[in-house]
Formats: sequence, structure tokens, C-alpha cells
Amino acid sequence: MTVHGEADRLRMEVLLKERGEAILKRWIDLAAVSGGGHADRVLLAGRLTEIHHALCRSLEQDGDTSDLRGLLAELSRGQAREGFTPSDTATVVFSLKQAVYEAVESDEDTGTLRGYIWFSRYVDELGLFTFETYVTARERIISGQAEQLLELSTPVVKLWDGILAVPLVGTLDSARTQVVMEKLLQALVETGAGHAVIDITGVPAVDTEVAQHLLKTVVAARLMGAECVVSGIRPQIAQTIVALGIQFGDIITKSSLADALAHALRRSGVRVPGAADQLAGAASERS
Amino acid sequence: MDRVPILRLDDLLIVSIQLDLEDQGVLALQEDLAEVIVRTSARGVIIDITAVEIVDSFIGRMLAAIASISRVLDAETVVVGMRPAVAITLVELGLSLGGVRTALDLEKGVALLGNRSAARAVPVPR
Repeated sequence: MTVHGEADRLRMEVLLKERGEAILKRWIDLAAVSGGGHADRVLLAGRLTEIHHALCRSLEQDGDTSDLRGLLAELSRGQAREGFTPSDTATVVFSLKQAVYEAVESDEDTGTLRGYIWFSRYVDELGLFTFETYVTARERIISGQAEQLLELSTPVVKLWDGILAVPLVGTLDSARTQVVMEKLLQALVETGAGHAVIDITGVPAVDTEVAQHLLKTVVAARLMGAECVVSGIRPQIAQTIVALGIQFGDIITKSSLADALAHALRRSGVRVPGAADQLAGAASERS
Repeated sequence: MDRVPILRLDDLLIVSIQLDLEDQGVLALQEDLAEVIVRTSARGVIIDITAVEIVDSFIGRMLAAIASISRVLDAETVVVGMRPAVAITLVELGLSLGGVRTALDLEKGVALLGNRSAARAVPVPR
């Protein structure tokens, strides 16, 4: 088998060396048609020429494919950027088989046909490799986006001098809560704020796990010397919390962000005119 | 063995922990602090742990114990400068340091205890 493989490889090496130019030309033609008709032909031709050279070199150097794989990865990424599907990219690679087969067909030696079968397996591998590269590149993009989304969806904002707020939107899970906690505590250190408001108006559901996470965040902030208020608990959520038997302990909760801000302001020594004062002020203005 | 220095500022004691404490050092600090509180009749103790990066449950218990001892000797303890990572660790360990007051930094800690002693100094109106 190995002996055969070696002989087959040699035969293909010779064939590619002799007929290389013609095969490359035919490959570019085929690839331009099969791999999406709107491809930039000059660019594609350039890439394929490089790959072809790398392929010949790889055959000469006893199957060292690192160069070849690098070029294929580049091709795959380029195709992905230009909006081709992974199948398009793989098809470009597979069309090399047809180009080579046409060269093999005109060769009368049956040994060459055996060489072609070996070569076909070889190209299959390369095609699968481009597919894999595409998938990994895509996965990396997706995980990067997920991370960015996590960062974006947990802003820590300054409401007042010494009062921070964390408006939470969306479902809270362990990973997200960790980010919230770290960002909030870090912001407390940086700004020296003594009060923080965790607003959960945008959190659709609170279960025991979420409550646990909130409690942890509040306790951690308290350990550092800041006081936390949880606000934005909607009626249904309050009912759920009671039904689940969650104890918020001595944590201050307010129904709206405005109430929480008023509370924090009062605690930090700012005089907040209540509704009564406002009415009195309006009355005195009118008179 | 290095001892943690205990500084006196009016009727406050300031303990700045500059190195990662070991069990022996903690016990020594506990003893020293109790003695100094009695000798100076301090009203408050501020423990600054800004430089502490590593905590375990022992440190957590130590802070709570020191606070209890100080309270028995009529001095209030404030822990200041806890790092976020340390706070998260203590919470994960289930230690909430109940009964220990905290402040973000030394300045705020002094203010917290300072107001208290100032309030004491105000003469009672007749």
C-alpha cells in the first residue's frame, strides 16, 4: 500500500510538472464557473496559481502541506469575506480534480489512473480542510460577538456624584452576573462611589438563581463599603419572588429607579424635595 | 516575624496590612490590637486591606473576630479598601462579615468613625 502510495505520488508529481500550466489554466476556468460566477477572476486566478505552486512543492517535498494549508486557509477566509458559502470554497478546490482528470484521461498509462485515485483522496482532504477553516473562522467571529454583546449589555452609569447604576436588560445567567459584579465593583473602586443602584426593570424573569446572583453582588459591594439598592422589580416579579420564598434579607428594594435614586441621594446627604415639597413649591410660584 | 504596625490617629487606630497574612501573623495582630486598644482607649479601629490580594476563609474569620474583640473593648471596626476580587472571593466563600462596617477607602473610613466621635464631643444642650 505504502509502496503503491509512493509510486502514485511520484506519478502525479511528474504529471503535474509536465502538464502543470494546462491544468492550472483549466482549473481557473472551472473554478471561476463553479465557485460562483461573480468571482473576481484575476484575484481568484492569483490565489489558485499560488496554491498550485504550493501543491507542486508539497508533492516534491514528501507531502509537507503546511505552506499549502496556509494558502488554503487564506483562500477560505477570503471567500468567506466576499460572501461565498463554504460549499463554494470547497467546490473551487474540488474542481482541481476535474482539471487533473482531464489531463489524466489523455494519458494512456493505466498507472496514471491509479495515481489519480490517490490524488483524488488528497484533494478531498484539502477540500475538507478549507471547510474546517471556514467553520472555525465563523465560530471565532460568533464568540467574539457574544462577548461584545455581554460587555455592551451591562453598562455601569453614573447617576449622581457618588451614585452608580447598573441597568440590567435581558436574562441574567451566571456568566453575565459575573461580568456585572466585576464591572460594578471595579467602577466602585474607580469612582469611589458609596451607593449603587441595580435596576432590573429589563429583566424578564427572576428565579432563585438570579436572586442568588443579585444577593451575592449586593453583599460583595457591601464588603467593599458601598450600599446597593435593587430597583425596578415589577409586580409579577415581586409575586414570583414571594411565591418562590426568596428572602432578600436586609437588602433595600425599590419599585422604580426614581425611588432608588431618591433613596440613595437622601442617604448620601442630598436634600431631595418630596412630592409634598414640589406641590408646595408650585403653589408658592403660582401665588 | 514581622509584626503588623498599629498607628494611632487621635482616638482611632489604623492597621494597614501590607503583606499577605499568615495564620501566626493574624493571631499576633489580634493580641497586639487588643492590648493597644486598652492602652490608648481608642474609639475606633480601621483595618486597611488595600494591599491584600489573597484571602481565605481564615482571613475572613479573622476580620470578624477582630471586630468582635474591638466591640467588647468599646471600639468600632471599619474594614477599608477591599479589592473587588477579594470581595467576590469572600462572597463565594459564604462570608458576609456581618457586623463589620466597611468603607471604600481610608478617607471614607475615617469620616465614618470621625463623625461618630465628633458627635460625642458635642455638648448636650441644657
